[in-house]
Amino acid sequence: MDERTEQLTVGNQAPVIEPGHTFATVTDKISSIVLTRPTSNGWLIGFGACFLLTMILLYAIGYLFLRGVGIWGINIPVGWGFAIVNFVWWIGIGHAGTLISAILLLLRQSWRNSINRFAEAMTLFAVACAGMFPVLHLGRPWLAYWLFPYPNTMNYWPQFRSPLVWDVFAVSTYATTSALFWYVGLIPDLATLRDRSEKLWAKIIYGILALGWRGSSRHWSRYETSYLLLAGLATPLVLSVHTVVSFDFAIGIVPGWHTTIFPPYFVAGAIYSGFAMVLMLAIPIRKFYGLEDFITERHLENSAKVMLATGLIVAYGYGIEAFMGWYSGNRYDSFLLWNRLHGPYSLVYYALLSCNIFIPQLLWIRKLRTSPLGLFAVSAVILTGMWLERFIIVVVSLQRDFLNSSWGMYYPTRWDWATFIGTIGFFLACMFLFLRVLPGISIFEMRTLLPQAEVKE
Amino acid sequence: MKRTPIYGLMAEFDTPTDLVHAARRTYEAGYRKIDAYSPFPIEELAEAIGFHRNGVPLVVLIGGLVGCASGYLLQWWISTVSYPINVGGRPYHSWPAFIVVTFEMTILCAVLAAVFGMLALNGLPMPYHPVFNVPRFAFATKDRFFLIVFSTDSKYSSVGTRTFLEGLRARSISEVPS
Repeated sequence: MDERTEQLTVGNQAPVIEPGHTFATVTDKISSIVLTRPTSNGWLIGFGACFLLTMILLYAIGYLFLRGVGIWGINIPVGWGFAIVNFVWWIGIGHAGTLISAILLLLRQSWRNSINRFAEAMTLFAVACAGMFPVLHLGRPWLAYWLFPYPNTMNYWPQFRSPLVWDVFAVSTYATTSALFWYVGLIPDLATLRDRSEKLWAKIIYGILALGWRGSSRHWSRYETSYLLLAGLATPLVLSVHTVVSFDFAIGIVPGWHTTIFPPYFVAGAIYSGFAMVLMLAIPIRKFYGLEDFITERHLENSAKVMLATGLIVAYGYGIEAFMGWYSGNRYDSFLLWNRLHGPYSLVYYALLSCNIFIPQLLWIRKLRTSPLGLFAVSAVILTGMWLERFIIVVVSLQRDFLNSSWGMYYPTRWDWATFIGTIGFFLACMFLFLRVLPGISIFEMRTLLPQAEVKE
Repeated sequence: MKRTPIYGLMAEFDTPTDLVHAARRTYEAGYRKIDAYSPFPIEELAEAIGFHRNGVPLVVLIGGLVGCASGYLLQWWISTVSYPINVGGRPYHSWPAFIVVTFEMTILCAVLAAVFGMLALNGLPMPYHPVFNVPRFAFATKDRFFLIVFSTDSKYSSVGTRTFLEGLRARSISEVPS
């Protein structure tokens, strides 16, 4: 057995790609989803529902621009509220895409080839959702460009010692890099669509987007070098982004924020929630588009294992937070722990512990790791749990800090909820459109997985 | 400059193995202005046509260095020269606080260099190219493998090259009009 076939069928695990496929069948199967398959009613209904939610988002944003952030539940002391909770949650989800496409590429995990494309698209849309929130939270969002250093008549420059400015650079670099990485990966597949499509307008549009790609070996050589270097650059970048997001908290002096464990624990949490989102998207996609040959049980199981591992790191983070609350002997830190366990938001904290630590332990059961329905449910629980974690970090830390006289409570309003649910709709609507017009699985990388792609000497 | 009505001779193959072997033999036969086309990257292929090094890593290195230097200098200049803010007597040139943005700028410029440098070196975007004149070439993005000898090659002759390519187990051979 040559090396490639061996990689595809390790031990008794399911293969990465079902046997019997050729270059032509892989190409036809994936490109036909975009080119020949008629728009189904299910797609229309799903897209329609998500589009309605997007309209709710636009309505909520429109009203926000009209009235200001007072329509949200934020107050003093809880100035950060849902906007920052959602920002951190979305950007965390975005991390799985780059992890899958860059880090697993460098580690030569070829099973990633069938899920990297839509995971990258997911990253892009999640980062778009994330990027909205800090801007909406600015109060005067039309002045968001003040965050960037540009020469201006006010003789003013951003404060580069502030983690909030670091965040602007980290998130905008991340958004640019993921968009470019995604597009570069798409170029050869766009050329395939250009050559396969029957309709003239589709040929023209895909042709423009494919930039005249013709698969020359010189081009491939530069392409592969560039792709590897992009992966090498994206790997430290993805780790830095959530690290910088955690600095937004860790550089502050609020109890529960001012800890050194935040960067690794935030990164692990990001990957945790990101893989949960990948599974929540992959499971219905493989079912409805009949892609079980390409997204096999092996992918589901590997993703579940990644969730289990990162979930344990997150659990360790919670453990250390609680331990330091006691061990530091700092009265504010130990009060924070007490407030989490017995304060007004204690139910949220218990829900968080169940969603993020206890229920995911079910993933130790192999049967669950290979059951699409079970994994879908656990992923939904984890995504909820990770959202609750950010709620605990943002709200519970702020609501009762050093002085009793400045304590307060935070209750989200309907506009908070409308904005949050609206971004979920926007995210899913983008995913629906993506699956309709672009290949959801990387066609050329799937070809390289086939045994016949090996050059025999 | 002499206009050549024929751009080259193109041979079609069924498998990546056939293409790589054919490309090697063509190179060994002394042809230098050749290229090969495949629907997915084949590591051995660029070697086989004598393309050993590409300029992408250097471009990315330059991009990264430019990003790193400009990111740091921007923050240094703003914080010490253009807009110094005295916060409790702390130093204006507080370099540890500048590392994050320097790092992000390094990555950003290196990524831009990797993508646009690769496209520029490849001469893309190029919507029209003579190889697209061959109808069978549409399969180069699906499941067929092609080798071309350009007519600008010094060893090129329409009869001799065709006979040579026929000896390589090509599935079919076609002339590429320029």
